[in-house]
Amino acid sequence: MQTEVMFAGFGGQGILLSAKILAHAALEQGLDVAWVPSYGPEMRGGTAYCMVVMSDLPIGSPVIRNPLHLVAMNLPSLEKFAPTVKPGGVILVNSSLIPHGSGRGDVRELLVPVNEIAIKLGSVKSANIVALSAFVSRSKVVDYDTLIRCIQEEFAQKKDLISLNLKAAEEGRKLTYLCSL
Amino acid sequence: MGKEFTRPQALSEQHTHYCPGCTHGIIHRLIAQVIDELGVRGRTVGIAPVGCAVLAYNYFTFDFQEAAHGRAPAMATGIKRVRPDLMVFTYQGDGDLASIGMGEIVHAANRGEKFTTIFVNNTVYGMTGGQMAPTTMPGQRTTTSPLGRNIDEIGMPLKVAELLSTLETPGYIERVTVIKPSYIVRAKRAIKRAFTYQLQGRCFSLVEVVSTCPTNWGLTPMEAVNWTADVLLPYYQLGEYKSPDTREEG
Amino acid sequence: MGKVLMKGNEAIGEAAIRAGCLNYFAYPITPQSEVAEYLSRRLPEVGGVFLQGESEVAVSYMIFGAAACGERVFTTSSSPGISLMSEGISYIAAAQCPAVFVNIMRGGPGLGGILPSQADYFQATKGGGHGDYRLLVMAPAGVQEAVEMVMRAFPLAEEYRNPVIILGDGLIGQMMEPVEFPDHLSSKPSNKDEWATNGMATRKSGRPNIVRTLILDPNTLNEHNLHLKEKYERMKRDEVRYEPYNLEADYRGLIVSYGTMSRVCRSAIDALKEQGVEVGMVRPQTLFPFPEKAIEEAASKESCEVVVSIEMSMGQMVEDVERSVRGRRPVEWYGTCGGDVPTPEEIMEAMKSFMSSESPHLVHSSTG
Repeated sequence: MQTEVMFAGFGGQGILLSAKILAHAALEQGLDVAWVPSYGPEMRGGTAYCMVVMSDLPIGSPVIRNPLHLVAMNLPSLEKFAPTVKPGGVILVNSSLIPHGSGRGDVRELLVPVNEIAIKLGSVKSANIVALSAFVSRSKVVDYDTLIRCIQEEFAQKKDLISLNLKAAEEGRKLTYLCSL
Repeated sequence: MGKEFTRPQALSEQHTHYCPGCTHGIIHRLIAQVIDELGVRGRTVGIAPVGCAVLAYNYFTFDFQEAAHGRAPAMATGIKRVRPDLMVFTYQGDGDLASIGMGEIVHAANRGEKFTTIFVNNTVYGMTGGQMAPTTMPGQRTTTSPLGRNIDEIGMPLKVAELLSTLETPGYIERVTVIKPSYIVRAKRAIKRAFTYQLQGRCFSLVEVVSTCPTNWGLTPMEAVNWTADVLLPYYQLGEYKSPDTREEG
Repeated sequence: MGKVLMKGNEAIGEAAIRAGCLNYFAYPITPQSEVAEYLSRRLPEVGGVFLQGESEVAVSYMIFGAAACGERVFTTSSSPGISLMSEGISYIAAAQCPAVFVNIMRGGPGLGGILPSQADYFQATKGGGHGDYRLLVMAPAGVQEAVEMVMRAFPLAEEYRNPVIILGDGLIGQMMEPVEFPDHLSSKPSNKDEWATNGMATRKSGRPNIVRTLILDPNTLNEHNLHLKEKYERMKRDEVRYEPYNLEADYRGLIVSYGTMSRVCRSAIDALKEQGVEVGMVRPQTLFPFPEKAIEEAASKESCEVVVSIEMSMGQMVEDVERSVRGRRPVEWYGTCGGDVPTPEEIMEAMKSFMSSESPHLVHSSTG
């Protein structure tokens, strides 16, 4: 079984990092994984996107046009990638920056104001972790506990950021729980 | 009484292929003497250029590499970085160093690579048959400037010692010549100083040797010496251009 | 040691260190600058040498100088940079010095693009620089394989006293995948005292070693080139590596594809199988030497109707595939070279069209 998640937003939103944490969690769970970033001039301030492919079998093509899931952090990303998502997938929409949903009836959509939540926690920089946690809680592509361990490991060198990001993860999880009630 | 004048150990017994009146032979000998005196023959690597000295390894008795045109300073950098204990020198002409290899020499000098360059400036491409070099004098006739170097089109001759002396990185740069015995003594002193700085791991060092090319200048050896004294030395002035010692005072 | 998640470029740098190569000279170029960034941090930690040269030309001669001293040394670059290094590579091959080059390919010609490409196939396998020389060319299809190939490249370069090049593409450099570093590397004892300029005093012979490439005598130069040829023939005999895929099936089409492209083909082959269509693949892991025999054998299978070279270049490897198939089956080309990697679906469609058609094919290309 192969799962693909597209993370997309603009440079500085922590797209590559949240994708990396998810890839790490997949690896921890014994899956094969590929983290495929967009690179080049685009990554300097423009759109940033990153695909995470995970599978219980060796991954063939790391290049995916139609991912199963999408985490869209800004409007251009949603417009560009929402139509490519496979039916039945999850689309997380950062409703702080995106005024509307994907318009797709065949996916599970999650509207989360991740920026506002992150700002309340103390820094907009943790918005990517709020989104990641909300997405994982909803899609269950990896175990939530594994994800938390990987967040801790990722910020191990920056102790001051660990508690912020763990709080961000917790908020993301709670919110998803409420959304799905 | 023992022999007063003998062949340096670092110099091989092979006869050189250089033309009559060419000064490569003298310069080779000075290098060999310095290597003997410093006792470093067993850990010296020379780098031959593309040019008349491409076969220099036949005339020395230590390890040698042969570079592509102008790239000797990059090769010396490679050696010196991975084997700082080796004594490394490049032996380059003016076509090689001042034209196609200008990038490599500037950057090696600016990084302060701890090797030595012996730069032999005779104002022409020797081996390829006397074509114009960046160092060719105004009005000087060569096979590619048959009417003489036209400075309106080609610019003035490039002064390598002066140019490299503008670099802020400490280094040792001196210009010498070997057209008469007193000059030869001074040239030897400069070459020894250059190798000694390297031995001490102190700085990049370059000795520019204003040299002759009677064959391509179309002169007899004696005329070539006189032309060097009359025309080249007023433009390519001898002396110390940069020293790691003076810079520390400043 | 367990698996760690690493970016291809960083894993390549680490693999070199694990292979005992502590000397790296390079010039930045997208999409492989992370190798230099990684090693500028990592090499000082292990007492190694990191130097950013002033140009790729200079870097190739820094490599030459260091390699001629008998030290393990390597560099990484991308297509336009490898063009500049090709001068030095020719000299290094001529002087018979061991060195490892990595080309994380981007689209060309000229500045081209920075996205994945395989357009330097000719450059790597047929020359690049001047003269009669060859490189041993290895082509990884993922980060783990890139690591293994880099580690194997050093002993191979030393065994043959010839440069080895790893031909990856931008995706392999930029992508992160799980990596496990092999513990130990077996190398033959070095014979460098016979040829390297490592300082005469340390050698028993007490004779100078000269590393040179100028050979003016025609007979001697001819002999030298025959000696080089003999080494390349030995590579052809002993160093061919490839991976067969689905060759046990009764396939109607045979794909030859390498690197990232071959992984897309693998996905396409799996998906075609589910539809009841069998396609096989030979994935060259060495491009020089090329797995000619394996391809000829696979093409000769009775069920096989057509052989397709699928590459991110405009019909380069296909020439070697044609040569290997020796006219036994029609040979076709499919590919792109703008930076967009074809999808499995596009490969599936292309293969179906090649297999259904009876007449000679027109040029096909991906619309991606």
